[in-house]
Amino acid sequence: MQFWIIQGLNSLSLGGLLFLLSSGFSLIFGLMRVANLTHGAFFMLGTYIAATALRAYDGLNLWMMVVVAGFAVAALGGLFERLVLTRLKTNPLGQVLVTLGMSFIISDACLVLWGGDSIPVPTPQSLQAPTRIFGFVFPTYRLVLVGLAIIAAIALYFLLERTRLGAMIRAGVDDRQMARAVGIPVSNLFTIVFCLGAGIAGAAGVLGGPILSAYPGLDADMLPLALIVVILGGIGSLLGAFVGSFLIGFIYTFGIALFPELAYIILFLPMIFVIAFRPQGLFGRVGA
Amino acid sequence: MNWIAAALIGGSLLLPPFLAGDFYINLASQILIAAIFALSLNLLVGFGGMTSLGHASYLGVAAYISALLTSRYGFGHGAAAIISVSGTTAMAAFFGVIALRASGLGFLMITLALSQVLWGLAYRMSNVTNGDNGITGLTRPAPFGISLDSPVAFYWFALIVATIAFLMMTVFVSSAFGSSLKGVRDQPRRMAALGFNPWLIRWITFVYAGFWGSVSGLLYVYYHKYIHPTSLSITSSAEALLGVIAGGSGTLGGPAVGAALVLLLKNYASAYLERWNMLLGLIFLFIVLVMPAGIVPGFSWLTAALRRDKP
Amino acid sequence: MIGPALELIGLKKAFGGLPVTQDVSLVVQPGERRLIIGPNGAGKTTLFNQISGDLRPNSGQIKLFGADVTRLPPYKRAQRGLSRTYQIITLFADDTIEHNVSLGLLGLRPTRWQMWRPISRYPDIAAEARRALDAVGLLQLAGHPISDVAYGERRRVELAVALAQRPRVLLLDEPLAGLSNAERSTVKTLIAAIPRETTVVIIEHDMDTALDLAETVTLLNYGRVIVDGKRDIVVADARTREVYLGT
Repeated sequence: MQFWIIQGLNSLSLGGLLFLLSSGFSLIFGLMRVANLTHGAFFMLGTYIAATALRAYDGLNLWMMVVVAGFAVAALGGLFERLVLTRLKTNPLGQVLVTLGMSFIISDACLVLWGGDSIPVPTPQSLQAPTRIFGFVFPTYRLVLVGLAIIAAIALYFLLERTRLGAMIRAGVDDRQMARAVGIPVSNLFTIVFCLGAGIAGAAGVLGGPILSAYPGLDADMLPLALIVVILGGIGSLLGAFVGSFLIGFIYTFGIALFPELAYIILFLPMIFVIAFRPQGLFGRVGA
Repeated sequence: MNWIAAALIGGSLLLPPFLAGDFYINLASQILIAAIFALSLNLLVGFGGMTSLGHASYLGVAAYISALLTSRYGFGHGAAAIISVSGTTAMAAFFGVIALRASGLGFLMITLALSQVLWGLAYRMSNVTNGDNGITGLTRPAPFGISLDSPVAFYWFALIVATIAFLMMTVFVSSAFGSSLKGVRDQPRRMAALGFNPWLIRWITFVYAGFWGSVSGLLYVYYHKYIHPTSLSITSSAEALLGVIAGGSGTLGGPAVGAALVLLLKNYASAYLERWNMLLGLIFLFIVLVMPAGIVPGFSWLTAALRRDKP
Repeated sequence: MIGPALELIGLKKAFGGLPVTQDVSLVVQPGERRLIIGPNGAGKTTLFNQISGDLRPNSGQIKLFGADVTRLPPYKRAQRGLSRTYQIITLFADDTIEHNVSLGLLGLRPTRWQMWRPISRYPDIAAEARRALDAVGLLQLAGHPISDVAYGERRRVELAVALAQRPRVLLLDEPLAGLSNAERSTVKTLIAAIPRETTVVIIEHDMDTALDLAETVTLLNYGRVIVDGKRDIVVADARTREVYLGT
């Protein structure tokens, strides 16, 4: 029984992480029509920043690093968007290729800076003791992670549905040319959304650190998961990213636990299933 | 101009076994393999208008099937090759059905996701694939009893296969079907209104591209006598895509030239730099930002400009 | 006897909350020359897109020679004899005029699956293409790329491509748009010369230009059929004046 509970919680926490990772990807793709293949690298960068900083300086804690890494990665994303992506507005394929190139650059840079060994990220002291509920023992950090993901989901929901910025983003997602015609500063919006997406990915990397550790190839492990979540849940849909993330979280966690060799096949079966019947994903409105 | 270039290239392809040492002959063989791979990808990218980031799937799976059948299950090379190519082509047929539910970026993402899944499987199913150790100790086939172990013998073999591949793909692309493929690439709605079935045309092309990708995979595993999950990685697909784009996806021979350049660069860069991936990434940025049409179109533009200058 | 060539029954289409086709019903008899007119935004091209299959109606039926084609993809409708031209010319600019027509001919032939020989090596296709070009007076330009010829000539090539397949129903979407007076009269002559085996449905938003090509007229406004019938009756109808002059 303990096994199922633990795996269930692991599923939820992975789902939460995936949501943080893929929500940014989905937003960027929905608004800018850019499949940002750097997203996994942004995540990994956050993890590495947290891992090094926490190891080097005693006075820091994980939550600070979430903010610091989040902003650092957002800034990097913004620079990349302004300097490179904007020049390729008429070349969507080119945009994808440069994000791919950028992901190679970042991942190799991490290898150079941090070497080939995996660097653990310590769980915050306050959350190290396990929680007991109904006689079952849960790792506290994972519980908190799920909670944070839900808070982030609610915050993003409010941002998109209740603020002017969100309204502009949604307008841009629905009809970019119309939005421009109505006076919405679409190119500034692009930069903001790209920064937001990158920053959330970086922050997610920090939060994922205690569970995953920082290691070369983390980006290549996370990116396909984000892709599958977004393809399954539907591009441009926050709800799709939410549902898809937890669905994939469960499938992947239980898959790895029960059939470790076949985890990847179990992972992509639901994606195939969904695509076969609904090519736009479960909740997608924007055609891929 | 085209005939001269073709004759020059054709002639120079016959030279290595006579002029160069083993190292360069081997390099030339690798270039031929990379060229077939890039040409097969260009059927999708340049002529079909479908950009795939998962083409390494076909190279890698064909290589693995051949490796496993010959080393572990005692198959002869002939049978292994047939099973490998047909199995991989069948996989391409299946993947094509999934990926073609979307187009453009969605298609790209699905091909990437599928390829990454295969890559992950290659690592994890270690009792089958040997995981990170790869499969070693493989042999090369001996068609008609001729051993391919020497660099020269293998080069001739690769050259024959590459020539057949190039000719067949050229015929394909210039045929009536090829014209309909290019039409669907440029104006899918109009083509549908004329009676063409865009999905079927794309799917057939996808399968054919997978076929030639699997052929390049066989050559790959024969050459290296070794296969490792990295051949299924996104880097492997990306290198082919870079070759296609750098060489010029709109031309028949461009991707081969591009693939050659990428391979040469990789070989020489790795002597001086440890970080090939970073260089690859930077080259991507450079090519896309500065030379989006590729090198070969740039060449023909240049020669056309030169000819215009002559009195 | 033979039923209608084209029949629309209660067609409805809305984009989000915006209705663009509201309960449109139409009957076009074989060989008829029907003109669909209406101000900009009346939903004419959207209607064509539903007939050709590029758009799916939310409800209603489309019948081609009695067969229900509502759920068929565009290429299957083409195989049943439907052909159309577009408001924006969608020819292949870098290819020759003859190649464009040949490609158009290929669409309904099994040869299109052949992966061995180029189109140019099929003498019967080439001959058909040249015949079609001759019919629109462009045979002398057959070897020129589309990008080289003038707009009016491109319109004629489009017509040649559409007619080369000897369609049973031909949809012409604003065939006279953007043409000079001389070009306009050339194209009108060509349209008038289309054989009776082909039923022709034309969209124009400028009522006067295409009127003499039509036998029957349908007036569309805000996605609805306002008036429908023989040309002279529709022209004289008070509602027609209302829609165009706003009185």
